Amino acid sequence: MTDRQLITLRVNGEPYELVIEPRRTLADTLRQDLGLTGTHLGCEHGICGACTVLVDGAPARACLMFAVQAEDRDIRTVESLADGDELSDLQRAFSAHHALQCGFCTPGFLMLAEGFLAERPEATREEIRELVSSNLCRCTGYQPIVDAVEDCARRRQASRREHDRAACGEAERSGHAAGA
Amino acid sequence: MSAHTTESRHAPAGRYVGASVPRREDPRLLTGRGRFVDDIRIPGLLHAQFVRSRVASGVVTSIDLSAVLDVPGVVAAYTAADLDVIGITAVLDRPRTQFVPTEMPILARDRVRFAGEPLAIVIAEDPYAAEDGVEAAAVTYQVHTPVTSAEQALEPGAPLVHDEAADNVLLDVSMFATEGIDEVFAEAPCVVRVRTRTGRQNAVPLETRGAVADWDDRDAQLVVRTCTQVPHQVRTVMARSLRLDERAVRVITPDMGGGFGQKCVVGREEIAVAAAALRLRRPVKWIEDRKDALTASFLAREQRYDARAAFDRDGRILALDADIVCDMGAYSCYPFTAAVEPLMASAEMPGVYRVPAYRVRGRAVTTNKAPSAPYRGVSRPQYVMVMERLFERAARELKVDAVELRRRNLITEFPYSGVNNITYDAGSYLDSLNLCEQVLKDEGWYDLKAAAAAGGRHVGIGYSCFNERTGYGSGAFAQRKMSVVPGFDMTEARMDTTGSVTITTGTLSHGQSHETTLAQIAADELKLDISKIKIVQGDTDRVIYGWGTFASRSVVVGGSAVRLAAVKLAEKLRMLAAGLLDTTPDDVELDDGRVRRRDDPGRGLGYAELADIAYLKAHLVPKDLEPGLSVTATFDVFTDGTFGNATHGAVVELHKGTGRVEILRYVCVEDCGVAINPMVVEGQCRGGIAQGIAGALFEQVTYDEQGEPSATGFLDYKVPTASEIPDVAIHHLETPSALTESGAKGVGEGGTIGAPAAVLNAVNDALAPTGVELNDTPITPETVQRALEQAS
Amino acid sequence: MKPAAFTYHRARDVAGAIRLLAELGDEAKIIAGGQSLVAMMNYRLARPAHLVDIGRIGGLDHLRGDGSTLRIGALTTHHAVEVATDAWLGRGFTLLRDAMAWVGHLPIRTRGTVGGSLAHADATAEWCLLAVLLDAEIVASGPRGTRTIAAGDFFHGFYTTALAADEMITEVVFPRPAPHSALLEFAERRGDFAIVSAAVDLDVDEHRAGRAVRGGRVALGGVAPVPVRVPEAEAVLAEGGQAGPDLFRRCAAAAAAAIDPPGDGNGSADYRRALTQTLIEDACAKAVSR
Ligand SMILES: Cc1cc2nc3c(=O)[nH]c(=O)nc-3n(C[C@H](O)[C@H](O)[C@H](O)COP(=O)(O)OP(=O)(O)OC[C@H]3O[C@@H](n4cnc5c(N)ncnc54)[C@H](O)[C@@H]3O)c2cc1C
Ligand code: FES
Ligand code: FES
Repeated sequence: MTDRQLITLRVNGEPYELVIEPRRTLADTLRQDLGLTGTHLGCEHGICGACTVLVDGAPARACLMFAVQAEDRDIRTVESLADGDELSDLQRAFSAHHALQCGFCTPGFLMLAEGFLAERPEATREEIRELVSSNLCRCTGYQPIVDAVEDCARRRQASRREHDRAACGEAERSGHAAGA
Repeated sequence: MSAHTTESRHAPAGRYVGASVPRREDPRLLTGRGRFVDDIRIPGLLHAQFVRSRVASGVVTSIDLSAVLDVPGVVAAYTAADLDVIGITAVLDRPRTQFVPTEMPILARDRVRFAGEPLAIVIAEDPYAAEDGVEAAAVTYQVHTPVTSAEQALEPGAPLVHDEAADNVLLDVSMFATEGIDEVFAEAPCVVRVRTRTGRQNAVPLETRGAVADWDDRDAQLVVRTCTQVPHQVRTVMARSLRLDERAVRVITPDMGGGFGQKCVVGREEIAVAAAALRLRRPVKWIEDRKDALTASFLAREQRYDARAAFDRDGRILALDADIVCDMGAYSCYPFTAAVEPLMASAEMPGVYRVPAYRVRGRAVTTNKAPSAPYRGVSRPQYVMVMERLFERAARELKVDAVELRRRNLITEFPYSGVNNITYDAGSYLDSLNLCEQVLKDEGWYDLKAAAAAGGRHVGIGYSCFNERTGYGSGAFAQRKMSVVPGFDMTEARMDTTGSVTITTGTLSHGQSHETTLAQIAADELKLDISKIKIVQGDTDRVIYGWGTFASRSVVVGGSAVRLAAVKLAEKLRMLAAGLLDTTPDDVELDDGRVRRRDDPGRGLGYAELADIAYLKAHLVPKDLEPGLSVTATFDVFTDGTFGNATHGAVVELHKGTGRVEILRYVCVEDCGVAINPMVVEGQCRGGIAQGIAGALFEQVTYDEQGEPSATGFLDYKVPTASEIPDVAIHHLETPSALTESGAKGVGEGGTIGAPAAVLNAVNDALAPTGVELNDTPITPETVQRALEQAS
Repeated sequence: MKPAAFTYHRARDVAGAIRLLAELGDEAKIIAGGQSLVAMMNYRLARPAHLVDIGRIGGLDHLRGDGSTLRIGALTTHHAVEVATDAWLGRGFTLLRDAMAWVGHLPIRTRGTVGGSLAHADATAEWCLLAVLLDAEIVASGPRGTRTIAAGDFFHGFYTTALAADEMITEVVFPRPAPHSALLEFAERRGDFAIVSAAVDLDVDEHRAGRAVRGGRVALGGVAPVPVRVPEAEAVLAEGGQAGPDLFRRCAAAAAAAIDPPGDGNGSADYRRALTQTLIEDACAKAVSR
């Protein structure tokens, strides 16, 4: 074993201090040093996507990043999605569409979709399919995953419109009030 | 058309079967709280990796591990000589003229038989140091010429992979040879021949193999957590190998990231890990990396067929003759042996067609490649491909529409006793074909094909018709002359004092949703809310016995055992309640968590009340009953099982400039009898079809002359992505099984079985104007491009 | 598949990175996005004793178009280019944005950098092809100062470039817009490195009716150890002619005849020639339609 280094990480909003070898990948650090085993390893060469996490909000392969590189970055893993036992809308969509069987690929797909939808909330089905092709799943045939991400996107759009309409109405009402 | 996604419905207690009950395994898997083998942490855990052979064939002249032990973090390193464990020998109940048993040592001793074979195990404080250690090993070899193809293996004078297997043949069996078949061929007006090769594939569960082994002094037991589809079989082999009593080994399967057959055999690495843990008296973990998973685990599917079929003038098939050679790689897998592929093909090849005369020769050949294990569908994807190509060829010769030709030959009267000594229970062979064709017509694909052809495009439509034997029991496996005969399943159902029920199953879900579907079956029998039922699997100390999950057996065999146990438990509840309610068991009934008098439904006892008496107030238990509420049941199949069936239809377009095969439409009409959970059934179909398409168009491991495999990663082993796998439209037919009480048939493999044939036929349909015919898989863009270019 | 041990150094600025590289010598390697390097380290195909992380150096992730020239910082990610607005890119550079869709997948593009791609010099990497097609200039700093290397001189062979071990790329400059250009490629699977990739940049006479081609550039990846321009195909374009299938077919045929591609497990030489024909034809058609 070689020299270790003190690093600080911020994962799911929690700060951590660790003394680790610099060669430890972010994935191994999350899994082995922080006990966040939701992030999986399926290939360790960037293709399967089971290790996908969010780095400053953007989906990234945790197997292709050393933990030392992740210092001062905001790391989010699958463990951050649910609120206690309350699943997130994306997680619920995965379950409703049977977008997981063995579930090994699932955390990666969830984080991939979470990061993507934040940037491209209006994505088309074709764009979603292309996104889903970033990761491998051996069980589902992908269609349910595409369905789930699309469904979640549409629901979010609808609730945003709802929210905008409400805000609009609010603004109008307060406008009237100001005018009166 | 039927909806593609099945809305989850809540079913009232008593009516779960048939409903798309939301999966009970989902919440933990969605939140990262699943527990896979690599997630297990034990204080003091050590990590193992293997020194593997760099050569495909040869003799190890020296292994020097002294430098390994000097690597910081390395704790130990062992060779075969250090561990002294017994190897794995899988046998069949057949004479040596038919089958040659061979041993797979846990670590290679002197001979190495494929590149990647484990030679030594290195144990270190962390996985990084373990790999540092592996690098420090010094091994020298006397290199032999490897055998890298079945052809080469069968050549006279070829080098021998196992000295005991002269000719490199591990199995040579002619299961059927109808008398007079040669005359039938000689006299038939139409004889067609198809020769096919299929590529060597890897099942690629996304979670690689792995194990954590730990000796427990208090229980005097080795506890091995490993991702296996067959925990009891791993226990048997491990105990033998380590010379322990079987009770001294406990095999536990945590959550498992897929298996597809690769994990239904006993691997050598987990035994080496256990042996190391035993020696060190410390917990040791091994997680296979992807490179090893692709090069040194179990592969499958590399087969050659030379098949002929004879037809009469009306297009009725008269005879089928097939010579099947399966390249099984370096070793026989336990318990199925290297015979698994040729025997499966030989036994089932006539499939859904009325074949009056049948001759088959099946051979398993050994080569210097990573060994083979069953992979989802086992041989059926291949022989269905061959059968469907034979029908397409014959249709061309006879100038009949290929769908019509199939219609004339499909089995329509059930039960049907085939030339292959199998009795098929009822299925919807003809209806599924008709519906599939109708769907593609109604959707306008035939019109599109015609228009495309007029415009110089290459669009083709292809079908495959097949059945899938599910519910292999001891009967079927004994017929194959296995000496370790899988088949039955055992369940224990136990109610606790709160009225909730724990049910064990010998099957092992790793994506198939048994925690949900088996609970649905039990909940209906027990008239109990599903939340009160917990399915327990994958622990040899908690599950009495079982054969795991493979061959689409779980719902048929395991599900039936669960149902029987639930029925028994219900009976026991009724007897107990009857005594306490002053009536007879026949005069009480189960209703939503209580047992009540039929004549006075207001009088009844809740399950918790009954359980309270059964355990805590045993003195109140009626005299002829035992206290407690636990029962066991077993289920086995001695008949030929039950056959699911399906027709697949694929529409493809070939792109001239690149040779790309684009799947424009994929329709699956499936019949698995009564679907316990339609959502899960559709999931099995879609996932299976994706794997079938993968085999048809993308995946293959080849070996060069030195026996080096072509793929060490997913860059070269091309598992298709969401952009290559099309959406699949699924239509359901329902022919209930008479074998199972629920009417369910298995559905685990069908998708994979049907897809290669449908895709291959569609490609050939698109190629028809060119006169080129492709029969080998995977079909690469390059071969398609060349075919199209030749024609133009 | 765990990497061999190394010592980690984090560079604060370009000067610091160069100093570290010079001090540590051959045993050191730069890490930028890590999307090529870490995979190779996990396989232990690369095992640098020292890693110099340039990821935190400020001011190297720019994307600045001034209408005629586009300057891209070495640490600019593929994804940043993919989502760049027209205003940032400037007219005539949408080709670069569109080409990013071919680079792996989103989670690769969010981390992988332009400088890393060029330095890694994969024969079918999109950035290498674009650089060769558009005469990009690669700006590199080293202990001996800063120099600018023409893309045509930069790529030496499989994974080898004109860079010295102690030099780092800081920027790549695309000196002129390419309004009628396109990049196409073929791989068996979405996101894979191409078997063959083709990029064209046509000189279109906008004023003549029916759009005439006056000349253009053609570059190919996957047919040689480095991305190459194809003078024979460019000669066909230079002869000029009506923008249309006939011209494009002849141009592509000239390219297919001129190259001597390798054959391997991903495709034989003949297949690569066939792909070349198809991709150049299609890329020309796409380029002219812009
Ligand atoms: C699954 C997968 C698919 C991919 N598909 C594609 C694809 O289709 N097309 C494609 O082009 N790429 C693809 N890539 C590679 C990706 O684009 C990488 O980002 C790129 O090749 C390297 O950039 P990087 O910043 O990650 O460099 P690193 O991996 O950090 O470094 C790569 C090399 O460049 C050197 N280096 C990095 N930055 C500098 C610099 N500024 N100056 C000097 N040397 C430097 C490093 O020392 C190293 O040798 C793929 C990668 C993966 C994992
Ligand atoms: S484990 Fe990171 S991409 Fe496969
Ligand atoms: S659900 Fe098993 S790999 Fe995706």
